[in-house]
Amino acid sequence: MNKKDIILAGVGGQGILSIAATIGYAAVQSGLYLKQAEVHGMSQRGGDVQSHLRISEKEIASDLIPEGKADMIISVEPMESLRYLPFLDPEGWLITNSKPFINIPNYPEEKSVVQEIKKISNHVILDAETIAKDLGSAKVANMVILGAAIPFLGLDFEKFEEAIKFIFGKKGEDLVNININALKAGREITDDKIKKQMQ
Amino acid sequence: MQKQLLLGDEAIAQGGIDAGMSGIYAYPGTPSTEITEYVKASKEAREKGISANWASNEKTAAEASLGMSYAGKRTMVCMKHVGLNVAADPFINSAITGANGGMIYVVADDPSMHSSQNEQDSRFFGKFAMIPVLEPSSQQEAYDMVHYGFELSEKFEIPVMMRLTTRLAHSRAGVERKEPKKQNDYKIPENLKQFILLPAIARQSYKKLLKAQDAFSGESHSSPYNSYTDGKDKSLGIIACGLAYNYLYENYPDRNIPYPVIKIGQYPLPYKLIDKIYEECDEILVLEDGYPIVEELLKGFLNKGKKIHGRLDGYIPRDGELNPNIVGEALGFKKTRGNDIPSIVAKRPPSLCKGCPHIDSFLGLNEALEPYGKGRVFSDIGCYTLGALPPYNAINTCVDMGASITMAKGAADAGMFPAIAVIGDSTFTHSGITGLLDAVNDKSSITVVILDNYTTGMTGGQPSAAYERIENICKGVGVEEEHIRVLKPLKKHHEENTAAFKEELAYKGVSVIIAKRECIQTLNKRMREKFKEKKK
Repeated sequence: MNKKDIILAGVGGQGILSIAATIGYAAVQSGLYLKQAEVHGMSQRGGDVQSHLRISEKEIASDLIPEGKADMIISVEPMESLRYLPFLDPEGWLITNSKPFINIPNYPEEKSVVQEIKKISNHVILDAETIAKDLGSAKVANMVILGAAIPFLGLDFEKFEEAIKFIFGKKGEDLVNININALKAGREITDDKIKKQMQ
Repeated sequence: MQKQLLLGDEAIAQGGIDAGMSGIYAYPGTPSTEITEYVKASKEAREKGISANWASNEKTAAEASLGMSYAGKRTMVCMKHVGLNVAADPFINSAITGANGGMIYVVADDPSMHSSQNEQDSRFFGKFAMIPVLEPSSQQEAYDMVHYGFELSEKFEIPVMMRLTTRLAHSRAGVERKEPKKQNDYKIPENLKQFILLPAIARQSYKKLLKAQDAFSGESHSSPYNSYTDGKDKSLGIIACGLAYNYLYENYPDRNIPYPVIKIGQYPLPYKLIDKIYEECDEILVLEDGYPIVEELLKGFLNKGKKIHGRLDGYIPRDGELNPNIVGEALGFKKTRGNDIPSIVAKRPPSLCKGCPHIDSFLGLNEALEPYGKGRVFSDIGCYTLGALPPYNAINTCVDMGASITMAKGAADAGMFPAIAVIGDSTFTHSGITGLLDAVNDKSSITVVILDNYTTGMTGGQPSAAYERIENICKGVGVEEEHIRVLKPLKKHHEENTAAFKEELAYKGVSVIIAKRECIQTLNKRMREKFKEKKK
């Protein structure tokens, strides 16, 4: 792993910062440098929000990822995943939730959003809410999406387990386990997809 | 010591805690809010007895901070860039009184106006006041500069400004802490006239400030935050200020820049370094995240010297924050942009939250205003400014903190009736009360709607300065009691609330409608915490 530049995308209030915190902890525990630019203030009121998360073996210069250099976009909302395509490297991956968050009157047709996502050759689209509900809590949908991104992050899965234990440990073992199971469920989806592509 | 992951804002706060700061004062404002929040939440700060305060506005915050400096203690006052306009009076004058205990004005600018009404560059204010300005390029520098800034402030007995921009304020990175310092002992100024700006004394103090300018320049020269790095290719010399330095380096993955580079982290500008790069290079490129202040200085009015590139000649866009791509293109690198955004992607502007009390207030006001027509609602700075957007289209102005009441007064004096001001509770106590007093004294016919959600909402729910005292303040200012109406903005009260709006709009005189209901965000947060408590 040399460097990973990640755009995290979603709508204000959807909690993309919990994904950032988990990756951040895992990266720092792996001895990597990190910079993470967040959005605070007005946009948090239901507007589009993004976070630039950069991890690297070498010291990082810019807090912002240059256009066309992001190794992946991780999005908790399908239309929002498309907003940051100018940042995605042609070889990069787009990992997104399929469940739309509709708080504007002119939200595009869901079908056309999915079509645009499928135009990106490296993409993983998953219904994180349904998977999370099956695991017992819709709240862990974010961790399902993060799980689906783990195979591309170049960090050991154990580091993510440690991060979950660190972040949720105080809130009890059940919550830790359900979050870890969410990571695993997401990871499986991507592993299957990669296997199929190899065949 | 292990590195701690901190936002730029948090690094400044931790810097203060470790550098022997005794007190911090602020009014919340994006992107500066997290500095004071961090100190307020810090167990360490509490144990050290550090006084952490939300003030009514930036002016009162700055003056309290100056008072703490007078008493010999290290202190910090934090604000967003437009907050410095409010605090400009103490800011400029404290440069003339000077400091006793170390004092830092931390000002967070917001280029690109992510959450602000303009993108003014506070370095101009620093130059205006003629005090040293520090501009960090990283979270680590932000932390270190607090220690350095307090020492600089005490060495020259002068307040120091620290200027940062949104990207650094709200970006996280590893920060290594220093050995904590003890706080200063209480000690009043040796010269008891130092802080008296009577003309005869002020003239002397001002001369002292003017004389200190050379010393400030000298400090900039030896500063660890200003540096010169040589490069073989002298066709271009680069001056990179603050965060711009990072964007420059991002464009050279091997970190080898062929041109000479000056990194600027402390002002006034280091004259000798600038002279050196100007003499040895054919052209100069200036990179600064804000207004072209350095570029303009170098160019001069006649611009007859070497070519100076930057925002003024189109090498870099005239407005907006910098990023690695803008800097890359100014250096002649190819665009790296990926795919375009598909045309189906719709804009998603911020909006009032579901269940927000302001929604019910706007619906009532809009209905009451129907007979009078549009264009008569003066509003202010806060979540309710979002009432300007569809479907409400409820307000017509947003200028600066408190301007709703005073602008409505001016329009009423010009013949507008009814003229309405819509202002939040926290903005009212920040800068609205004096305007209301003006309206009462002049018997101007305005209706002031105070949207009282018990909090400073937009910045994340800091306490409101006059919680449960808004009615009494209005009474005290002299608004007639029968024209102070208190409503609860709820859907089920829509009819009666609209009727109250109609009655007060028709009143010829000053009327106040206080729409009281807790912010839905702070309410939810409170309920979650209550639930957690119960579980324990």
